[in-house]
Amino acid sequence: MAKTIEEINAKIRSGKVVVFTAEEIVEVVREQGIKQAVREVDVVTTGTFSPMCSSGAFLNIKQQKQKMKLGGGFATLNGVPAYAGLAAADIYIGATAIPDGDPRNGNGRPGKFRYGGAHVIEELVAGNRVLLKGGAYGTDCYPAKTREQTIGLKDMNDAFLFNPRNCYQNYNVAVNLSDKPIYTYMGKLKPKLGNAYYCSAGQLSPLLNDPHFRTIGIGTRVFFCGAEGYVAWPGTQHNPSAPRLENGTPKTPAGTIALIGDMRQMSAQWLRAVSFTGYGVTLSVAVGVPIPIIDEDILRSVSVTDDQLKAPVVDYSEYYPFGQGEAKLGEVTYQELKSGSIRVKDQEVPTGSFSSYALARKVAHHLKQLIEDGDFLLTQFQAPLPGAVTGKEAA
Amino acid sequence: MKQTKLVFIFPENTVEEPITYNLITNYGVQVNILRASIDPGKQGRMVVELGGEEIQISQALNYLESLGVLVAPLAQKIRHLEDRCTGCTACVPHCPTRALDVDRDSWKVSFDSEKCIVCFSCLETCIYHAMSVEEQFA
Repeated sequence: MAKTIEEINAKIRSGKVVVFTAEEIVEVVREQGIKQAVREVDVVTTGTFSPMCSSGAFLNIKQQKQKMKLGGGFATLNGVPAYAGLAAADIYIGATAIPDGDPRNGNGRPGKFRYGGAHVIEELVAGNRVLLKGGAYGTDCYPAKTREQTIGLKDMNDAFLFNPRNCYQNYNVAVNLSDKPIYTYMGKLKPKLGNAYYCSAGQLSPLLNDPHFRTIGIGTRVFFCGAEGYVAWPGTQHNPSAPRLENGTPKTPAGTIALIGDMRQMSAQWLRAVSFTGYGVTLSVAVGVPIPIIDEDILRSVSVTDDQLKAPVVDYSEYYPFGQGEAKLGEVTYQELKSGSIRVKDQEVPTGSFSSYALARKVAHHLKQLIEDGDFLLTQFQAPLPGAVTGKEAA
Repeated sequence: MKQTKLVFIFPENTVEEPITYNLITNYGVQVNILRASIDPGKQGRMVVELGGEEIQISQALNYLESLGVLVAPLAQKIRHLEDRCTGCTACVPHCPTRALDVDRDSWKVSFDSEKCIVCFSCLETCIYHAMSVEEQFA
């Protein structure tokens, strides 16, 4: 018995919808069995809260009386350069942009990267104002050549996050085989397998719960940093051909999604600027994707648990940066990663994460509440993601 | 070269001496003044970072003590700013004494300042600026 999105939305509107998080559903299926649970359950919510570097904001800044063409000129926000290669008033500020004066990794020391594009985005979402400095060459229609003004979201016609790659379906576990500490986008890695970092919510992670993209596609409405956002496109580097386990989940980084959402609806609670010592600035974002339980296959997919999800262990001293050295250090389950230590090359390696499971859980519960309260309706995607298995062949 | 952060506490009658000048010229140490409150005729305090070879620093400290200056290590305390913490656990594998630990059911990170040895590992590791250092101007 297949359920449609319209049927589920009707239940949301009438307040009769049955929703569980991707954590809670495991127990429900264990108790009721797939055949009973598929009739009972309408939606399963997922969640993640993690640094996602491919994030940034399009801002359209209201013109002053004497107009100015930022396009082709330059713009900084609190000293952080924004991209100004668009029309007169459109700029894009990327999460990882850093101001000119930042020492970066100079003087042979890992930089602190205290402030960058992500911080500007966080300030704007929090309702703060930032200093815009703009420069232009001046035209007959846009005569102004300089502009210096503090601006907030109120001084913009539009402000939306457009993140070209979010929600990686699975990710590497980073370790360091060398004999000196290294600073990476996966944190500070101690020498000789001193620690390991992973970065996924595992069993709560959106794309790991719909491994073949049967319900998540272009146009899917998602919870995005407090706003109703949408999957705009397959994310950059989207790779549906990654090797998979029998349960359909990929064993390496695989699918990704591009997300879009209105910054005015967002809250600083669900979006945080972060500084990686020795690496740079980036943005942690909260994403929750509702998965409609349209049939037994999708219910099986969302019932997956951390012990059934595997990630590859990768050396970030030689193999990742230079493509040389030992390629395969094994695979570990998310259950092992979350236990606090894994075994690599017969060595006990303590683990930590940059993806917050506590907040992933909070996102999934929050989205569940929104749906139960009738405040969030599901959408049928308009086009599938590349590699999607939408028909019966998923089994 | 060794670098150490110290607090100098001056009794009322020594402040007239050109102590910083003497430290640099007579003992060859680097003196980086981080904080100072010195009023002639009153007790003064100065937080400094001294840099130099072990022997130079120990001779410099002997000189200070001969003037009646009290020298104490700078007390520093690490704070866990819970409202900034996301419970991501990035700090946990870097904490050598398990002062930072996580409850693996609630995924709440806790900080036990009694166990903390102020090694600053967490400051470098926390991407959310949820760890801070307080310098106690004792």
